[in-house]
Amino acid sequence: MTEPLHEPQLALHVEDLTVSYEGKPVLWDIDIDIPPGVMAAIVGPNGAGKSTFIKSVMGLVKPTAGHVRIFGRPYAAQRRRVGYVPQRSTVDWDFPTTALDVVEMGLYGRLGWFRRPGKRERQAALHALEQVGMQDFLDRQISQLSGGQQQRVFLARALVQQADIYFLDEPMAGVDATTERAIVDILHRLRAQGKTVIVVHHDLQTVRSYFDWMVILNVRAIAQGPVATVYTPENLRKAYGGQIALIERSTFADDAAPAGGGRD
Amino acid sequence: MLALLGDYTIQTVAMGAALLGISSGVLGCFAVLRKQSLLGDTLSHAALPGICIGFLIAGSRDIGTILAGALVTGAASALVVLLLTRMSRLKTDAALGIALSVSFAIGVVLLTHIQGGGNASQGGLDSFLFGQAAAILRGDLWIMGGVTLSALALVGLLWKEFKLVSFDPGFATSLGLPVVALEVAMTTMVALAVVVGLQMVGVVLMTAMIVAPAVAARQWTHSLGGMVTLAALFGTMAGVSGAVISATVRGLSTGPLIVLAISAIVLISLVLAPGRGLAWASLRRRRDRRRLAGRQVLSTLYGLAAEHGDQGYRAELGALDTFHGTPTRQTLQQLERRGLVAPVTHAPETTPHWELTKAGFAEARRIDDAPEGDDR
Ligand SMILES: Nc1ncnc2c1ncn2[C@@H]1O[C@H](COP(=O)(O)OP(=O)(O)O)[C@@H](O)[C@H]1O
Ligand SMILES: [Mg+2]
Repeated sequence: MTEPLHEPQLALHVEDLTVSYEGKPVLWDIDIDIPPGVMAAIVGPNGAGKSTFIKSVMGLVKPTAGHVRIFGRPYAAQRRRVGYVPQRSTVDWDFPTTALDVVEMGLYGRLGWFRRPGKRERQAALHALEQVGMQDFLDRQISQLSGGQQQRVFLARALVQQADIYFLDEPMAGVDATTERAIVDILHRLRAQGKTVIVVHHDLQTVRSYFDWMVILNVRAIAQGPVATVYTPENLRKAYGGQIALIERSTFADDAAPAGGGRD
Repeated sequence: MLALLGDYTIQTVAMGAALLGISSGVLGCFAVLRKQSLLGDTLSHAALPGICIGFLIAGSRDIGTILAGALVTGAASALVVLLLTRMSRLKTDAALGIALSVSFAIGVVLLTHIQGGGNASQGGLDSFLFGQAAAILRGDLWIMGGVTLSALALVGLLWKEFKLVSFDPGFATSLGLPVVALEVAMTTMVALAVVVGLQMVGVVLMTAMIVAPAVAARQWTHSLGGMVTLAALFGTMAGVSGAVISATVRGLSTGPLIVLAISAIVLISLVLAPGRGLAWASLRRRRDRRRLAGRQVLSTLYGLAAEHGDQGYRAELGALDTFHGTPTRQTLQQLERRGLVAPVTHAPETTPHWELTKAGFAEARRIDDAPEGDDR
């Protein structure tokens, strides 16, 4: 722990990050800074490298160049302060286990080697399931949950981590409107507690109402900052190219209406 | 029968079969859940060159050296697969296939070389291809038991780590678990299970012992603990019954019988297991189809009633059949049992007619109003 802190005032500091798969760069020379206490959306077209970005922050893929700091320290030194919700489709939901069991997995890092989860872990998991409104499904086999319920279980698993900064990969993809509302409410509550929430988000329409910070990504970091200044047609066009015509008409048309962004 | 079980050789074989069932059942669960069923196949075929090399080194059919050789080449093949998939664009199944055929080819070449060499003790070596349970000695049981016990102990100690790495390796990495090391440990354990089974069922059929108990067990339970326990149980049942049958009927070899026994258990599980079994799925489908037919007939009656502006409109059975293109009498009788329709006559016609009851009318309106797929 003798290493000096680097940019400790930032929740997330990414500098010169380059990631490539089989020699093909997926993220190219990215600098991203996210201050603590914001709820940030990471947007960009399919294949822009959003998941790869989260994975390289979490140490799941090895960057070719660059460094990542969380509250001034490398990820490996800050694991306990980070919560993670992977994309739902990355696991096999037919795995023989229950909702409660999955949530308890969030505590495995804290438990340490060889120790099994006990009463205390069960209580924490139950509490997290209550927070996401899944207390009635704790013993349900996970394959028998709907997509939205599975997503809530994943969120609960991150909640038991009691982190200071959360990374979520498309938590609102393919869920029903009720679940989306519930997830947004929980994330807003986390932000109100001063936590930093970083979300890969696929729906440009809702960025302004849900988030206060925004990063636009497409292999390069195109723009970043408060949603109000970053959410512009030029920035979005740079990331989405031709696809933007559709989005523009539907989202900038209602510019007259209050965006409802910022903190509620 | 009891006399049979008192027989020293049969006891030895049955105990060996039970050990094989336990170890391959338990360790196979993790391989199957990690979608690495083929791994068992590759590891066991890759054991053959190791068996031959072990024999060449020991200069005799020394079981300890032979099994050690099998373990080493099995593990080496797993490592090759890992490297191939990491360093090239090869997909796991292709890499497993390549490793399997290459190592098995090397094994067969070595085997024929040894057999041509005229060493007196070479005789037993090809028994490792299909297994030769009768050749198992009491002393071998100690090796098999030791291997099984240490594998079980490892699973017990690293239970939650193995579970998390099998379910969500990405999340496990984010927690700081050494995922690669744990995966290597799980793979090594499958290699150990293969080693335990080599003498019993041989390299060719060993993969069935890894995959089958796990697949059968998965059908009956929703928890990992349940699955692992059941897989051990199924493996043991198959092992012991295969051993006993081959002892009772002359000229039937143990290994294939064990594999047939576990296959029977798999078949039964696939068809009958509550919830997941095919029989249940087909029952469920029939129930769904009946319910759908009921809804369609109700809504036809409702439509006819609406067209005629008459809630008690009496529809002729023949007309309903024609409209649906299939006999509707059974469906109507089921609806009648639920009190939704009633059989009536419509003078002067003598043919059977049906009308909606009050409840049926309300139900039909509810179905009509509800959006598609509301009752999921
Ligand atoms: N494991 C992998 N191996 C090779 N290419 C990959 C891998 N994962 C992702 N990619 C490629 O990297 C690019 C970015 O992927 P990803 O980060 O998943 O994008 P996003 O999440 O923004 O849709 C895509 O072109 C994808 O095909
Ligand atoms: Mg993605």
